Amino acid sequence: MSSKASEVLSLLKRDVLLGNLKRGERLDGRGPEDYREIKIETGIIGKAEGSALVHIGDTKVIAGVKAEIGTPFPDTPNQGVQIVNAELIPLASPIFEPGPPGEDDIELARVIDRGLRSAETIRLDELVLIPGKKVWTIFIDIYSLDYNGNLFDASGLAALSALLTTNLKKTEITGENIILKEEEQPLPVGRKPVYVTLVKIEDILLVDPSYEEELLADARITFIVDESDNICGIQKGGKKGFKPSEILKAADIAIETATKLRKILPST
Amino acid sequence: MKISPIKLIDENGRRIDGRLPHEIRKVKIESGVLKNADGSAYIELGNNKIIVAVYGPREVYPKHQALADRALLRCRYSMAPFSVEERKTPSPTRREIELSKVIREALEPAIFLEEYPRTAIDVFIEVLEADGGTRTASITAASVALADAGIPMRDLVTAIAIGKVEGLLVVDLNGLEDQYGEGDMPIAMMPQLGYVTLFQADGRFTAEELKEAFKLANDAIKKIYEEQKQALKRKYLKVAEIGEI
Repeated sequence: MSSKASEVLSLLKRDVLLGNLKRGERLDGRGPEDYREIKIETGIIGKAEGSALVHIGDTKVIAGVKAEIGTPFPDTPNQGVQIVNAELIPLASPIFEPGPPGEDDIELARVIDRGLRSAETIRLDELVLIPGKKVWTIFIDIYSLDYNGNLFDASGLAALSALLTTNLKKTEITGENIILKEEEQPLPVGRKPVYVTLVKIEDILLVDPSYEEELLADARITFIVDESDNICGIQKGGKKGFKPSEILKAADIAIETATKLRKILPST
Repeated sequence: MKISPIKLIDENGRRIDGRLPHEIRKVKIESGVLKNADGSAYIELGNNKIIVAVYGPREVYPKHQALADRALLRCRYSMAPFSVEERKTPSPTRREIELSKVIREALEPAIFLEEYPRTAIDVFIEVLEADGGTRTASITAASVALADAGIPMRDLVTAIAIGKVEGLLVVDLNGLEDQYGEGDMPIAMMPQLGYVTLFQADGRFTAEELKEAFKLANDAIKKIYEEQKQALKRKYLKVAEIGEI
Protein backbone atom coordinates (compact mmCIF):
# COMPACT_ATOMS: atom_id res chain seq x y z
CA MET A 1 0.00 0.00 0.00
CA SER A 2 1.41 3.37 -0.94
CA SER A 3 0.34 4.35 2.52
CA LYS A 4 0.39 7.87 3.67
CA ALA A 5 3.50 7.66 5.79
CA SER A 6 3.24 10.65 8.07
CA GLU A 7 -0.32 11.76 8.32
CA VAL A 8 0.04 14.21 11.15
CA LEU A 9 -0.93 17.78 11.65
CA SER A 10 0.78 19.79 14.35
CA LEU A 11 -1.48 20.62 17.27
CA LEU A 12 -0.77 24.30 16.75
CA LYS A 13 -1.89 24.21 13.12
CA ARG A 14 -4.87 22.10 14.05
CA ASP A 15 -6.05 24.65 16.60
CA VAL A 16 -5.60 27.54 14.17
CA LEU A 17 -7.44 25.66 11.44
CA LEU A 18 -10.33 24.70 13.70
CA GLY A 19 -10.53 28.14 15.29
CA ASN A 20 -10.70 29.81 11.89
CA LEU A 21 -13.28 27.34 10.57
CA LYS A 22 -15.59 28.09 13.47
CA ARG A 23 -15.54 31.71 12.33
CA GLY A 24 -16.36 30.54 8.79
CA GLU A 25 -12.85 31.14 7.47
CA ARG A 26 -10.43 28.77 5.84
CA LEU A 27 -6.65 29.14 6.09
CA ASP A 28 -6.36 30.16 2.43
CA GLY A 29 -9.10 32.79 2.78
CA ARG A 30 -11.86 30.78 1.10
CA GLY A 31 -15.42 30.43 2.35
CA PRO A 32 -16.71 26.91 3.09
CA GLU A 33 -18.25 26.45 -0.36
CA ASP A 34 -15.55 28.20 -2.41
CA TYR A 35 -13.48 26.21 -4.85
CA ARG A 36 -9.82 26.98 -5.48
CA GLU A 37 -8.74 28.39 -8.84
CA ILE A 38 -8.79 25.79 -11.59
CA LYS A 39 -6.63 25.72 -14.69
CA ILE A 40 -6.97 23.08 -17.41
CA GLU A 41 -4.39 22.58 -20.15
CA THR A 42 -5.19 20.04 -22.83
CA GLY A 43 -3.29 18.44 -25.69
CA ILE A 44 0.01 18.69 -23.85
CA ILE A 45 1.33 15.21 -24.66
CA GLY A 46 1.86 14.74 -28.38
CA LYS A 47 2.14 10.96 -28.23
CA ALA A 48 -1.09 10.49 -26.30
CA GLU A 49 -4.45 10.40 -28.07
CA GLY A 50 -5.73 12.81 -25.45
CA SER A 51 -4.22 14.51 -22.43
CA ALA A 52 -4.88 17.13 -19.79
CA LEU A 53 -3.06 18.78 -16.93
CA VAL A 54 -5.36 20.10 -14.25
CA HIS A 55 -4.43 22.53 -11.50
CA ILE A 56 -6.73 22.98 -8.54
CA GLY A 57 -4.85 25.53 -6.48
CA ASP A 58 -1.47 23.89 -5.95
CA THR A 59 -2.73 20.38 -6.69
CA LYS A 60 -1.65 19.13 -10.09
CA VAL A 61 -2.84 16.01 -11.85
CA ILE A 62 -2.09 14.84 -15.37
CA ALA A 63 -4.21 12.37 -17.31
CA GLY A 64 -3.28 10.72 -20.58
CA VAL A 65 -5.49 8.70 -22.89
CA LYS A 66 -4.05 5.93 -25.06
CA ALA A 67 -6.15 3.93 -27.48
CA GLU A 68 -5.37 0.44 -28.73
CA ILE A 69 -7.23 -2.08 -30.80
CA GLY A 70 -8.06 -5.07 -28.64
CA THR A 71 -10.61 -7.77 -28.02
CA PRO A 72 -13.86 -7.03 -26.15
CA PHE A 73 -14.78 -8.65 -22.84
CA PRO A 74 -16.78 -11.86 -23.45
CA ASP A 75 -19.87 -10.52 -21.65
CA THR A 76 -19.87 -7.26 -23.65
CA PRO A 77 -18.91 -8.34 -27.19
CA ASN A 78 -20.37 -5.19 -28.75
CA GLN A 79 -18.70 -2.60 -26.57
CA GLY A 80 -15.29 -1.01 -26.46
CA VAL A 81 -13.19 -1.33 -23.32
CA GLN A 82 -12.50 1.39 -20.75
CA ILE A 83 -9.59 1.01 -18.35
CA VAL A 84 -8.77 3.59 -15.68
CA ASN A 85 -5.57 3.50 -13.70
CA ALA A 86 -4.33 5.99 -11.11
CA GLU A 87 -0.93 6.30 -9.50
CA LEU A 88 -0.12 8.34 -6.42
CA ILE A 89 3.56 8.61 -7.26
CA PRO A 90 6.16 9.61 -4.65
CA LEU A 91 7.09 12.61 -6.79
CA ALA A 92 3.78 14.20 -5.80
CA SER A 93 4.09 14.22 -2.03
CA PRO A 94 6.41 13.18 0.80
CA ILE A 95 3.61 10.94 2.08
CA PHE A 96 3.36 8.82 -1.08
CA GLU A 97 5.62 5.80 -1.16
CA PRO A 98 6.94 3.88 -4.14
CA GLY A 99 5.61 0.44 -4.87
CA PRO A 100 2.64 -1.21 -6.51
CA PRO A 101 -0.70 0.62 -6.34
CA GLY A 102 -2.11 0.59 -2.83
CA GLU A 103 -5.69 0.91 -1.69
CA ASP A 104 -5.72 4.70 -2.08
CA ASP A 105 -4.57 4.50 -5.70
CA ILE A 106 -7.07 1.74 -6.46
CA GLU A 107 -9.98 3.50 -4.76
CA LEU A 108 -9.23 6.68 -6.72
CA ALA A 109 -9.02 4.83 -10.06
CA ARG A 110 -12.21 2.88 -9.40
CA VAL A 111 -14.21 5.94 -8.37
CA ILE A 112 -13.12 7.81 -11.53
CA ASP A 113 -13.93 4.70 -13.58
CA ARG A 114 -17.42 4.29 -12.08
CA GLY A 115 -18.32 7.93 -12.71
CA LEU A 116 -17.30 7.75 -16.36
CA ARG A 117 -19.16 4.47 -16.79
CA SER A 118 -22.37 5.56 -15.05
CA ALA A 119 -22.43 8.74 -17.14
CA GLU A 120 -21.57 6.75 -20.27
CA THR A 121 -18.92 9.36 -21.02
CA ILE A 122 -17.10 7.15 -23.47
CA ARG A 123 -19.68 5.85 -25.95
CA LEU A 124 -18.36 2.31 -25.70
CA ASP A 125 -21.02 1.00 -28.12
CA GLU A 126 -19.53 3.22 -30.83
CA LEU A 127 -16.04 1.78 -30.40
CA VAL A 128 -16.71 -1.59 -32.02
CA LEU A 129 -14.62 -2.33 -35.11
CA ILE A 130 -15.50 -5.99 -35.77
CA PRO A 131 -18.42 -7.05 -33.54
CA GLY A 132 -17.38 -9.61 -30.94
CA LYS A 133 -13.77 -9.55 -32.12
CA LYS A 134 -12.10 -6.17 -32.36
CA VAL A 135 -12.88 -3.02 -30.40
CA TRP A 136 -11.07 0.09 -29.26
CA THR A 137 -9.62 -0.17 -25.76
CA ILE A 138 -9.35 3.24 -24.12
CA PHE A 139 -6.76 3.51 -21.35
CA ILE A 140 -7.01 6.50 -19.04
CA ASP A 141 -3.92 6.85 -16.88
CA ILE A 142 -3.99 9.41 -14.10
CA TYR A 143 -0.80 10.61 -12.45
CA SER A 144 -0.76 12.97 -9.51
CA LEU A 145 2.12 15.44 -9.81
CA ASP A 146 1.62 17.65 -6.78
CA TYR A 147 -0.72 16.61 -3.97
CA ASN A 148 -2.19 19.51 -2.06
CA GLY A 149 -5.63 18.11 -1.39
CA ASN A 150 -8.63 16.90 -3.38
CA LEU A 151 -7.12 14.39 -5.78
CA PHE A 152 -10.56 12.97 -6.60
CA ASP A 153 -11.87 16.15 -8.22
CA ALA A 154 -8.57 16.94 -9.92
CA SER A 155 -8.31 13.39 -11.30
CA GLY A 156 -11.91 13.42 -12.49
CA LEU A 157 -11.44 16.77 -14.20
CA ALA A 158 -8.18 15.61 -15.79
CA ALA A 159 -9.71 12.36 -17.04
CA LEU A 160 -12.78 14.10 -18.47
CA SER A 161 -10.74 16.91 -20.08
CA ALA A 162 -8.39 14.39 -21.64
CA LEU A 163 -11.31 12.36 -23.03
CA LEU A 164 -13.03 15.46 -24.42
CA THR A 165 -9.91 16.25 -26.43
CA THR A 166 -9.11 12.69 -27.50
CA ASN A 167 -8.91 11.87 -31.19
CA LEU A 168 -8.92 8.35 -32.60
CA LYS A 169 -7.53 7.33 -35.96
CA LYS A 170 -10.20 6.60 -38.57
CA THR A 171 -10.28 2.98 -39.67
CA GLU A 172 -10.98 1.06 -42.83
CA ILE A 173 -12.22 -2.48 -42.33
CA THR A 174 -12.07 -5.14 -45.01
CA GLY A 175 -13.10 -8.54 -43.72
CA GLU A 176 -10.93 -9.19 -40.66
CA ASN A 177 -8.39 -6.53 -41.59
CA ILE A 178 -8.32 -3.19 -39.86
CA ILE A 179 -6.31 -0.43 -41.50
CA LEU A 180 -5.60 2.69 -39.46
CA LYS A 181 -5.80 5.83 -41.55
CA GLU A 182 -3.94 9.08 -41.05
CA GLU A 183 -7.15 11.06 -40.54
CA GLU A 184 -8.54 11.37 -37.06
CA GLN A 185 -11.94 11.83 -35.49
CA PRO A 186 -12.97 12.84 -31.98
CA LEU A 187 -13.66 10.09 -29.45
CA PRO A 188 -17.46 9.70 -29.20
CA VAL A 189 -18.46 11.11 -25.81
CA GLY A 190 -21.77 11.14 -23.98
CA ARG A 191 -22.48 12.81 -20.66
CA LYS A 192 -19.82 14.83 -18.87
CA PRO A 193 -19.54 13.99 -15.18
CA VAL A 194 -17.90 16.45 -12.79
CA TYR A 195 -16.50 15.23 -9.49
CA VAL A 196 -17.14 17.34 -6.39
CA THR A 197 -15.59 16.39 -3.05
CA LEU A 198 -16.50 17.75 0.36
CA VAL A 199 -15.06 17.00 3.76
CA LYS A 200 -16.68 17.26 7.15
CA ILE A 201 -14.72 18.78 10.03
CA GLU A 202 -16.78 18.57 13.20
CA ASP A 203 -20.12 19.75 11.79
CA ILE A 204 -18.73 21.97 9.04
CA LEU A 205 -18.86 20.94 5.37
CA LEU A 206 -16.04 22.20 3.16
CA VAL A 207 -15.91 22.02 -0.63
CA ASP A 208 -12.59 21.23 -2.37
CA PRO A 209 -10.51 20.40 0.74
CA SER A 210 -6.87 21.41 0.99
CA TYR A 211 -4.31 18.90 2.23
CA GLU A 212 -4.48 20.20 5.81
CA GLU A 213 -8.26 20.09 5.74
CA GLU A 214 -8.16 16.49 4.53
CA LEU A 215 -5.87 15.57 7.43
CA LEU A 216 -8.21 17.17 9.91
CA ALA A 217 -11.38 15.83 8.28
CA ASP A 218 -13.68 13.38 10.05
CA ALA A 219 -15.07 12.11 6.76
CA ARG A 220 -15.00 12.77 3.05
CA ILE A 221 -17.65 12.43 0.36
CA THR A 222 -17.42 12.71 -3.41
CA PHE A 223 -20.42 13.25 -5.67
CA ILE A 224 -20.19 12.74 -9.41
CA VAL A 225 -22.70 15.00 -11.17
CA ASP A 226 -23.69 15.08 -14.85
CA GLU A 227 -25.09 18.00 -16.89
CA SER A 228 -28.71 17.15 -16.02
CA ASP A 229 -27.88 17.27 -12.28
CA ASN A 230 -28.08 13.50 -11.94
CA ILE A 231 -25.72 11.88 -9.50
CA CYS A 232 -23.55 9.36 -11.38
CA GLY A 233 -21.65 8.06 -8.42
CA ILE A 234 -20.92 8.62 -4.75
CA GLN A 235 -18.00 7.59 -2.59
CA LYS A 236 -17.77 8.19 1.14
CA GLY A 237 -14.43 7.86 2.85
CA GLY A 238 -12.77 8.67 6.13
CA LYS A 239 -12.82 7.42 9.67
CA LYS A 240 -16.15 8.83 10.87
CA GLY A 241 -19.70 9.03 9.60
CA PHE A 242 -22.17 11.57 8.22
CA LYS A 243 -25.71 12.20 9.35
CA PRO A 244 -28.16 11.57 6.48
CA SER A 245 -29.10 15.27 6.59
CA GLU A 246 -25.44 16.21 6.12
CA ILE A 247 -25.17 13.94 3.08
CA LEU A 248 -28.27 15.47 1.50
CA LYS A 249 -26.93 18.97 2.17
CA ALA A 250 -23.56 17.97 0.70
CA ALA A 251 -25.34 16.60 -2.38
CA ASP A 252 -27.10 19.94 -2.94
CA ILE A 253 -23.83 21.84 -2.56
CA ALA A 254 -22.10 19.40 -4.92
CA ILE A 255 -24.77 19.82 -7.62
CA GLU A 256 -24.48 23.60 -7.38
CA THR A 257 -20.69 23.46 -7.48
CA ALA A 258 -20.72 21.09 -10.46
CA THR A 259 -22.72 23.60 -12.50
CA LYS A 260 -20.00 26.18 -11.91
CA LEU A 261 -17.14 23.77 -12.68
CA ARG A 262 -18.79 22.66 -15.90
CA LYS A 263 -18.30 26.13 -17.41
CA ILE A 264 -14.53 25.69 -17.60
CA LEU A 265 -14.50 22.29 -19.33
CA PRO A 266 -12.65 22.23 -22.64
CA SER A 267 -14.87 22.19 -25.71
CA THR A 268 -14.90 18.95 -27.70
CA MET B 1 -28.31 2.96 -21.68
CA LYS B 2 -27.87 -0.56 -20.42
CA ILE B 3 -30.86 -2.61 -21.55
CA SER B 4 -31.66 -5.62 -19.42
CA PRO B 5 -32.16 -8.83 -21.39
CA ILE B 6 -34.50 -10.08 -18.67
CA LYS B 7 -37.57 -8.55 -17.10
CA LEU B 8 -36.58 -7.55 -13.56
CA ILE B 9 -40.03 -6.45 -12.39
CA ASP B 10 -43.19 -8.26 -13.51
CA GLU B 11 -46.64 -6.82 -14.22
CA ASN B 12 -47.69 -7.37 -10.58
CA GLY B 13 -44.79 -5.28 -9.38
CA ARG B 14 -42.94 -8.34 -8.09
CA ARG B 15 -39.18 -8.64 -8.48
CA ILE B 16 -37.41 -11.51 -10.19
CA ASP B 17 -37.22 -13.47 -6.93
CA GLY B 18 -40.83 -12.69 -6.03
CA ARG B 19 -40.13 -9.88 -3.58
CA LEU B 20 -41.89 -6.54 -3.43
CA PRO B 21 -39.69 -3.48 -4.09
CA HIS B 22 -39.17 -2.68 -0.40
CA GLU B 23 -38.72 -6.23 0.83
CA ILE B 24 -35.35 -7.54 1.95
CA ARG B 25 -34.28 -11.13 1.44
CA LYS B 26 -34.38 -13.67 4.23
CA VAL B 27 -31.60 -12.92 6.67
CA LYS B 28 -29.96 -15.29 9.14
CA ILE B 29 -27.13 -14.23 11.44
CA GLU B 30 -25.17 -16.35 13.90
CA SER B 31 -22.41 -15.23 16.24
CA GLY B 32 -19.51 -17.17 17.71
CA VAL B 33 -19.26 -19.71 14.90
CA LEU B 34 -15.46 -20.16 14.96
CA LYS B 35 -13.35 -21.49 17.80
CA ASN B 36 -9.96 -19.91 17.06
CA ALA B 37 -11.14 -16.38 16.37
CA ASP B 38 -11.72 -13.94 19.25
CA GLY B 39 -15.04 -13.12 17.64
CA SER B 40 -16.90 -14.45 14.64
CA ALA B 41 -20.17 -14.31 12.77
CA TYR B 42 -21.92 -15.98 9.87
CA ILE B 43 -24.57 -14.33 7.73
CA GLU B 44 -26.92 -15.56 5.08
CA LEU B 45 -28.72 -12.86 3.17
CA GLY B 46 -30.71 -14.58 0.45
CA ASN B 47 -28.11 -16.70 -1.31
CA ASN B 48 -25.15 -14.79 0.11
CA LYS B 49 -23.10 -16.80 2.57
CA ILE B 50 -20.38 -14.90 4.39
CA ILE B 51 -18.22 -15.76 7.36
CA VAL B 52 -16.27 -13.19 9.39
CA ALA B 53 -13.52 -13.65 11.98
CA VAL B 54 -12.12 -10.98 14.29
CA TYR B 55 -8.73 -11.33 15.93
CA GLY B 56 -7.55 -8.83 18.52
CA PRO B 57 -6.81 -6.54 20.06
CA ARG B 58 -3.45 -8.25 19.61
CA GLU B 59 0.18 -7.38 18.97
CA VAL B 60 0.87 -5.61 15.70
CA TYR B 61 3.08 -7.29 13.14
CA PRO B 62 4.95 -5.72 11.37
CA LYS B 63 5.61 -3.64 14.48
CA HIS B 64 6.19 -0.32 12.72
CA GLN B 65 2.51 -0.27 11.74
CA ALA B 66 1.46 0.17 15.37
CA LEU B 67 -0.25 3.46 16.20
CA ALA B 68 0.67 5.30 19.40
CA ASP B 69 -2.80 6.64 20.18
CA ARG B 70 -5.19 3.96 18.97
CA ALA B 71 -5.56 0.42 17.72
CA LEU B 72 -4.81 -0.31 14.10
CA LEU B 73 -7.93 -1.63 12.37
CA ARG B 74 -7.20 -3.91 9.46
CA CYS B 75 -9.79 -5.43 7.22
CA ARG B 76 -9.57 -8.03 4.49
CA TYR B 77 -12.58 -8.67 2.28
CA SER B 78 -12.03 -11.73 0.15
CA MET B 79 -14.20 -13.78 -2.17
CA ALA B 80 -13.65 -17.51 -2.41
CA PRO B 81 -12.87 -18.69 -5.95
CA PHE B 82 -16.03 -20.82 -5.95
CA SER B 83 -18.31 -18.08 -4.64
CA VAL B 84 -19.19 -16.75 -8.08
CA GLU B 85 -20.32 -18.10 -11.48
CA GLU B 86 -16.87 -17.94 -13.12
CA ARG B 87 -14.01 -18.97 -10.85
CA LYS B 88 -12.38 -15.94 -9.29
CA THR B 89 -8.64 -15.94 -8.84
CA PRO B 90 -7.71 -16.34 -5.15
CA SER B 91 -5.35 -13.34 -5.22
CA PRO B 92 -6.96 -10.03 -4.23
CA THR B 93 -8.55 -8.14 -7.12
CA ARG B 94 -8.73 -4.35 -7.33
CA ARG B 95 -12.39 -4.62 -6.37
CA GLU B 96 -11.53 -6.57 -3.21
CA ILE B 97 -8.82 -4.07 -2.28
CA GLU B 98 -11.25 -1.16 -2.60
CA LEU B 99 -13.97 -3.01 -0.71
CA SER B 100 -11.57 -3.89 2.11
CA LYS B 101 -10.88 -0.17 2.48
CA VAL B 102 -14.50 1.03 2.43
CA ILE B 103 -15.61 -1.75 4.78
CA ARG B 104 -12.83 -0.81 7.21
CA GLU B 105 -13.97 2.82 7.06
CA ALA B 106 -17.56 1.70 7.63
CA LEU B 107 -16.63 -0.20 10.81
CA GLU B 108 -14.02 2.20 12.20
CA PRO B 109 -16.44 4.89 13.45
CA ALA B 110 -18.17 2.30 15.65
CA ILE B 111 -15.10 1.01 17.49
CA PHE B 112 -13.42 2.59 20.52
CA LEU B 113 -10.00 2.15 18.89
CA GLU B 114 -8.48 4.69 21.28
CA GLU B 115 -8.96 2.19 24.13
CA TYR B 116 -6.27 -0.10 22.68
CA PRO B 117 -3.21 1.85 21.52
CA ARG B 118 -0.34 -0.10 19.90
CA THR B 119 -2.54 -3.11 19.13
CA ALA B 120 -4.15 -4.45 15.99
CA ILE B 121 -7.73 -5.51 15.41
CA ASP B 122 -8.04 -7.70 12.34
CA VAL B 123 -11.30 -8.33 10.54
CA PHE B 124 -11.21 -11.18 8.03
CA ILE B 125 -14.20 -11.53 5.72
CA GLU B 126 -14.61 -14.54 3.49
CA VAL B 127 -17.46 -14.53 0.99
CA LEU B 128 -18.35 -18.19 0.48
CA GLU B 129 -21.20 -17.56 -1.92
CA ALA B 130 -22.09 -14.27 -3.55
CA ASP B 131 -25.41 -13.07 -4.90
CA GLY B 132 -25.42 -9.27 -4.83
CA GLY B 133 -24.90 -7.13 -1.74
CA THR B 134 -21.85 -8.88 -0.34
CA ARG B 135 -20.22 -5.69 0.93
CA THR B 136 -23.26 -4.69 2.93
CA ALA B 137 -23.84 -8.19 4.31
CA SER B 138 -20.12 -8.33 5.20
CA ILE B 139 -20.38 -5.12 7.21
CA THR B 140 -23.48 -6.38 9.02
CA ALA B 141 -21.72 -9.63 9.94
CA ALA B 142 -18.37 -7.99 10.73
CA SER B 143 -19.91 -5.69 13.32
CA VAL B 144 -21.54 -8.72 15.01
CA ALA B 145 -18.15 -10.48 15.00
CA LEU B 146 -16.50 -7.40 16.55
CA ALA B 147 -19.12 -7.32 19.30
CA ASP B 148 -18.72 -11.07 19.75
CA ALA B 149 -14.97 -10.47 20.27
CA GLY B 150 -15.92 -8.22 23.19
CA ILE B 151 -14.49 -5.11 21.57
CA PRO B 152 -16.16 -1.99 22.98
CA MET B 153 -18.32 -0.32 20.37
CA ARG B 154 -20.45 2.82 20.08
CA ASP B 155 -23.06 0.93 18.09
CA LEU B 156 -23.36 -1.96 15.69
CA VAL B 157 -23.01 -1.16 12.01
CA THR B 158 -25.83 -2.33 9.77
CA ALA B 159 -25.83 -2.13 6.01
CA ILE B 160 -28.11 -2.62 3.03
CA ALA B 161 -27.99 -1.81 -0.68
CA ILE B 162 -30.63 0.32 -2.35
CA GLY B 163 -30.84 -0.17 -6.08
CA LYS B 164 -32.59 1.16 -9.13
CA VAL B 165 -34.35 -1.41 -11.26
CA GLU B 166 -36.46 -0.43 -14.26
CA GLY B 167 -36.62 3.11 -12.91
CA LEU B 168 -37.83 2.00 -9.48
CA LEU B 169 -35.93 2.17 -6.19
CA VAL B 170 -35.70 -1.29 -4.65
CA VAL B 171 -34.23 -2.53 -1.38
CA ASP B 172 -31.54 -5.20 -1.10
CA LEU B 173 -30.46 -5.89 -4.69
CA ASN B 174 -29.82 -9.48 -5.63
CA GLY B 175 -27.13 -10.58 -8.07
CA LEU B 176 -29.26 -10.32 -11.22
CA GLU B 177 -30.67 -6.94 -10.23
CA ASP B 178 -27.14 -5.75 -9.53
CA GLN B 179 -25.91 -6.97 -12.90
CA TYR B 180 -28.78 -5.75 -15.06
CA GLY B 181 -30.25 -2.94 -12.97
CA GLU B 182 -29.54 0.76 -13.43
CA GLY B 183 -27.90 1.56 -10.14
CA ASP B 184 -26.58 0.37 -6.84
CA MET B 185 -26.30 2.43 -3.64
CA PRO B 186 -24.87 0.58 -0.65
CA ILE B 187 -25.50 2.30 2.70
CA ALA B 188 -24.13 1.41 6.14
CA MET B 189 -25.32 3.09 9.32
CA MET B 190 -24.84 3.04 13.04
CA PRO B 191 -28.60 2.68 13.58
CA GLN B 192 -28.81 3.89 17.17
CA LEU B 193 -26.58 6.92 16.61
CA GLY B 194 -27.91 7.74 13.15
CA TYR B 195 -24.59 8.07 11.37
CA VAL B 196 -23.91 6.89 7.83
CA THR B 197 -20.51 5.19 7.74
CA LEU B 198 -20.50 3.73 4.24
CA PHE B 199 -22.12 5.37 1.28
CA GLN B 200 -21.40 4.64 -2.33
CA ALA B 201 -23.31 4.74 -5.56
CA ASP B 202 -22.98 3.88 -9.16
CA GLY B 203 -25.60 4.31 -11.83
CA ARG B 204 -27.59 7.55 -12.10
CA PHE B 205 -29.75 8.95 -9.30
CA THR B 206 -31.53 12.26 -8.82
CA ALA B 207 -31.19 14.25 -5.61
CA GLU B 208 -34.80 13.28 -4.82
CA GLU B 209 -33.99 9.60 -5.17
CA LEU B 210 -31.15 10.08 -2.71
CA LYS B 211 -33.64 11.23 -0.07
CA GLU B 212 -35.97 8.35 -0.87
CA ALA B 213 -33.06 5.89 -0.67
CA PHE B 214 -32.29 6.96 2.90
CA LYS B 215 -35.89 6.39 3.95
CA LEU B 216 -35.93 2.91 2.40
CA ALA B 217 -32.54 2.04 3.86
CA ASN B 218 -33.66 3.16 7.31
CA ASP B 219 -36.54 0.68 7.43
CA ALA B 220 -34.46 -2.23 6.16
CA ILE B 221 -31.60 -1.41 8.51
CA LYS B 222 -33.97 -1.41 11.51
CA LYS B 223 -35.03 -4.97 10.68
CA ILE B 224 -31.49 -6.24 10.20
CA TYR B 225 -30.32 -4.45 13.35
CA GLU B 226 -32.82 -6.53 15.36
CA GLU B 227 -31.41 -9.71 13.78
CA GLN B 228 -27.89 -8.67 14.75
CA LYS B 229 -28.87 -8.10 18.36
CA GLN B 230 -30.73 -11.41 18.48
CA ALA B 231 -27.68 -13.22 17.08
CA LEU B 232 -25.52 -11.81 19.87
CA LYS B 233 -28.08 -12.61 22.57
CA ARG B 234 -28.67 -16.16 21.32
CA LYS B 235 -25.04 -17.07 21.91
CA TYR B 236 -25.33 -16.13 25.58
CA LEU B 237 -28.65 -17.92 25.95
CA LYS B 238 -26.80 -21.05 24.84
CA VAL B 239 -24.04 -20.37 27.36
CA ALA B 240 -26.67 -19.93 30.09
CA GLU B 241 -28.36 -23.22 29.18
CA ILE B 242 -25.10 -25.10 29.31
CA GLY B 243 -24.41 -23.45 32.65
CA GLU B 244 -27.54 -25.02 34.15
CA ILE B 245 -26.53 -28.57 33.25
